[in-house]
Amino acid sequence: MKVLVAVKRVIDYNVKVRVKPDQSGVDLDNVKMAMNPFCEIAVEEAVRLKEKGLASEVIVVSIGTAASQEQIRTALALGADRGLLIETDEEVQPLDAAKLLKAVVEQEQPGLVILGKQSIDSDNNQTGQMLAALTGMGQATFASAVEVTDDRVQVTREVDGGLMTLSLKLPAVITTDLRLNEPRYASLPNIMKAKKKPVAVTTADELGLALSPRLKTLKVEAPEPRKAGIKVADVAALVDKLKNEAKVI
Amino acid sequence: MTILVLAEHDNNTLNQASLSVIAAARAIGGDIDVLVAGENCSAVADAAAAADGVTRVLLADSPLYGHFLSENLALLLSRTGHAYSHILAAAGTTGKDVLPRVAALLDTAQISDIIRVEDADTFVRPIYAGNALATVRSDDPVKVITVRPTAFDPVSAEGGSAAIEALPAAEDAGLSAFVSAQNAESDRPDLASADIVISGGRGMQNGENFQLLENVADILGAAIGASRAAVDAGFVPNDMQVGQTGKIVAPQLYIAVGISGAIQHLAGMSDSKVIVAINKDEEAPIFQVADYGLVADLFDAVPALENALRDAV
Ligand SMILES: Cc1cc2nc3c(=O)[nH]c(=O)nc-3n(C[C@H](O)[C@H](O)[C@H](O)COP(=O)(O)OP(=O)(O)OC[C@H]3O[C@@H](n4cnc5c(N)ncnc54)[C@H](O)[C@@H]3O)c2cc1C
Ligand SMILES: Nc1ncnc2c1ncn2[C@@H]1O[C@H](COP(=O)(O)O)[C@@H](O)[C@H]1O
Repeated sequence: MKVLVAVKRVIDYNVKVRVKPDQSGVDLDNVKMAMNPFCEIAVEEAVRLKEKGLASEVIVVSIGTAASQEQIRTALALGADRGLLIETDEEVQPLDAAKLLKAVVEQEQPGLVILGKQSIDSDNNQTGQMLAALTGMGQATFASAVEVTDDRVQVTREVDGGLMTLSLKLPAVITTDLRLNEPRYASLPNIMKAKKKPVAVTTADELGLALSPRLKTLKVEAPEPRKAGIKVADVAALVDKLKNEAKVI
Repeated sequence: MTILVLAEHDNNTLNQASLSVIAAARAIGGDIDVLVAGENCSAVADAAAAADGVTRVLLADSPLYGHFLSENLALLLSRTGHAYSHILAAAGTTGKDVLPRVAALLDTAQISDIIRVEDADTFVRPIYAGNALATVRSDDPVKVITVRPTAFDPVSAEGGSAAIEALPAAEDAGLSAFVSAQNAESDRPDLASADIVISGGRGMQNGENFQLLENVADILGAAIGASRAAVDAGFVPNDMQVGQTGKIVAPQLYIAVGISGAIQHLAGMSDSKVIVAINKDEEAPIFQVADYGLVADLFDAVPALENALRDAV
């Protein structure tokens, strides 16, 4: 069984983002970029399935600018076998991403597709679900445990009320939650090896698709900052403030 | 213009979040239909019909929907929903699971986690863990939207008298099956809608020490939350995580204990009305958003708080 993993290049999660003065977006100039943390977890899970002998090949795909090659190489260093970049300089919204990934699914015929649950830049939490719909596959979102058996996969999901376990027919789409696994660090030899692994480059056009972003961003603003608070000397002062000033207890 | 709201429920009670989604629908304007899909869930339909501002309740009562499997719900919603101007659900784990699937089936974009309605086509939503707010417009004929419940004051649970109509089930997608659920049992208020939340972080050191927070929560009638670090370390279960990738809360009072204040945590609680931070590190970033900061060892401060509250409330 092939496993397809979608990885997205995003701003590093430690960076404090700044909104551009012209409200057109956030400032990405000279900002550290990285693989979306949820995608790292997706790669790790796919590699573990291969290590357990449950997957034959792990293919990573990214949609974005040429710079996304970096994140594909990172995934290869973590153990993926080959990469595919769908190169575009345009904005990629989830519905378009899902349509492009569907085209890749049709080419590669994976038994399992693993995505992150959410991009930490756009915070959409949509692409995996959309891909599942478009390909007619079942979906298990927010996975914290995955168990593949023959032609099915059992997935434990993190839901608002606790945990929920589903069993899906393969092929299926899984999106990862943070506790699914702890991604490994790429070793130096593996980083070197990754440089020799194949990465194909294609475009939406070659896949017979055109990007058509449906949502128009009119402006991006910084949120209203909270008013600076005060330090209180002790618990008595705190309780007094909560009772008599804030009146919340 | 008619808006379809997907009710969130457990087959018995309507989730409070749905009342906030109805409020968002009212802000958009137009008639509001509420879809209650579940199994033996007529009590939920009754509750939805009584909610203020609801025009009509559609009740799809079938074993197909008992566990809210997304493939089946999405089929039903796309079948029913194409006739509506907007399809709304709460941005909880059910809405996030199902609505993108519906959007793709309808070939429309989804707008996630809106916090404001500008007009029927234009919405505001946080991005980058709430560090920026984007105003986005959709020209799709059907707009599929998840709503952040804490951003909209719930409509009244009473006063409405909408008609309830049965909606036949769609076919079984046959792609997934429910195996089991492990639901967190708690007598405490629901974390996402509690008036007071007290959360613990890595500073709590272990799960047993959360008893200190329980004692305070007992007095205040508070819900208990946690940082991801506390959940990851196994102190408490995942459904207690507050943050960018956990639950979003906006209580009247949020007390952060032994939590440093990473942006991913702040994303889940910085809209709280009053924030209290108890942390022994005076440089901890949590103090930048706290209305009242107490620099102290939590193992002294929390028991002292418990005693002081016992006298005060
Ligand atoms: C993709 C992604 C998503 C994430 N999503 C979330 C999320 O949704 N929610 C979330 O919370 N985090 C999230 N995180 C993690 C986040 O970045 C932080 O790592 C996490 O919030 C830290 O938790 P903490 O504050 O409990 O731990 P720490 O940062 O370790 O802070 C512990 C604090 O406790 C204080 N302390 C220790 N002992 C005591 C004592 N005895 N008395 C008083 N104070 C004490 C310390 O001074 C310190 O400030 C996410 C991270 C990533 C990469
Ligand atoms: N441009 C992209 N390239 C590759 N994968 C993507 C892209 N956009 C989204 N994804 C995948 O979809 C997941 C969820 O993203 P989103 O729906 O944007 O929150 C990510 O974690 C990725 O696995």
